[in-house]
Amino acid sequence: MIAAPSRHRSLTLLGIVLVAQILLLALQIRRERQVRLIRVWAVDMVSPLERLGAWGIGGVKHGWSGYVDLRHTRQQNIELQSELDQMRLQNQALQGRAAEAQRLATLLGFRQAHADVPMLAAQVIGASPDPGSHILYLDRGTRDGVRRDMGVITPDGVVGKILAVYADTSQVLVLNDKDSGVGALLGNTRTQGPVKGTGDPLLEMEYVSSDEKITYGEAVLTSGQDRIFPKDLPVGNVIASQPDPHSPFMLIRVRPAAQLDQLEEVLILLTRQDFDVPQTDDTTTPAAATDAGPAPASTSP
Amino acid sequence: MEEVEVRLGGDQHIEVHRYAAGTIVLAVVVALVLQAFLPVHFAWASMLELPLLVTIYFALSRRNASVGLLLGMTIGILQDSLSHTPLGLYGIAKTLVGYVASSIGARIDVEHSISRFLLTVGFFHFHHAVFVLTRRLLLGQREPYLTVPLLIASLVNGVIAIGLFPLLDKLRKS
Repeated sequence: MIAAPSRHRSLTLLGIVLVAQILLLALQIRRERQVRLIRVWAVDMVSPLERLGAWGIGGVKHGWSGYVDLRHTRQQNIELQSELDQMRLQNQALQGRAAEAQRLATLLGFRQAHADVPMLAAQVIGASPDPGSHILYLDRGTRDGVRRDMGVITPDGVVGKILAVYADTSQVLVLNDKDSGVGALLGNTRTQGPVKGTGDPLLEMEYVSSDEKITYGEAVLTSGQDRIFPKDLPVGNVIASQPDPHSPFMLIRVRPAAQLDQLEEVLILLTRQDFDVPQTDDTTTPAAATDAGPAPASTSP
Repeated sequence: MEEVEVRLGGDQHIEVHRYAAGTIVLAVVVALVLQAFLPVHFAWASMLELPLLVTIYFALSRRNASVGLLLGMTIGILQDSLSHTPLGLYGIAKTLVGYVASSIGARIDVEHSISRFLLTVGFFHFHHAVFVLTRRLLLGQREPYLTVPLLIASLVNGVIAIGLFPLLDKLRKS
């Protein structure tokens, strides 16, 4: 007679034997990409723990660096804010210098392109305190050879004329002042008519017959007949035109070619010498334009 | 034939049969050889599962769960070794058959022909179910649990068991 085997012992043995055989199978079986099944199981078993560990460590690190270890953060924040303010000021200064350099480069390019025309670069140093008048002050005067009624331009177009001259400064009557004007013509038809300031940003071209065909955006150029500006300098562009019901002429609104409200550097024309610009009408010569009649448009206060 | 009485507790007792040294090993080897040999020459022999029949018989006779499962494991792994299946596939199935058969053998009459037939058919399907489940889970291979040929094979093995088990009974120690 022998004792009956323990049921628990046989169950334990069964478990061991089955697990051993499953592991044996796992060592042999290869899944996708020839990876052994036991390796797949091992990775599947370990990777969640690794992810959990990484998540925990990351959380602790984040908690430490984001909440606990903030002793010097306030001071650093103040210092960085101060540094940021300084950097902003420097940035603004550099942007201003860059824009100035760009303007001067444009001015220099224009000056060099017309080296045969005597011009004097000047800086705008002030403006009229009267908002109703469009007056500028330049840093050039009689000592620099500036004289009254000299033309003032930018590479974009006509700005105005010298109104008064002092030893080291001069006063400019800007084109959009209601007392200002320039002899002009339409670029397509070469029809002449003075362009006058209105006190507003836009100019008006006068004495153009209602029969004229005017197109939107048409260029308006200097005619040269005012004895101030050489001919064919850009004055502006037509943005509106309609017949005047009270006269036989057109009402023409012109947008100035030069940015009259953003002037910082300008060029003073020391003579009335014409610019060498492409002509749309070959029959019109600079000499003829210079001698053609009195100046009807340019006005003085 | 030697019969040993095992007391289970109370008035219950079972008979545990013992065999001459090498008898089980010899039976297992013969079963494996025939299992590998017969289907080559006789197509119908592919229905036979002689290693399973040997496992069932000795597990039922020894009535010791530990011995039954170890015997099943050994026969199964040997069968795996002779086939192209990964080691352990038949091993797991026959381990469970050996464990369950020896557990059942300790509780019911397994000497009667009808009970041997029914037990063999049942264990045949249990063995196949474990085998298929293991393949599905571990190898990702889909195989049906029950088909008509499988049902016929289980019946054939049941009939074989009715004739084979009395022959094996004669190997018991007397």
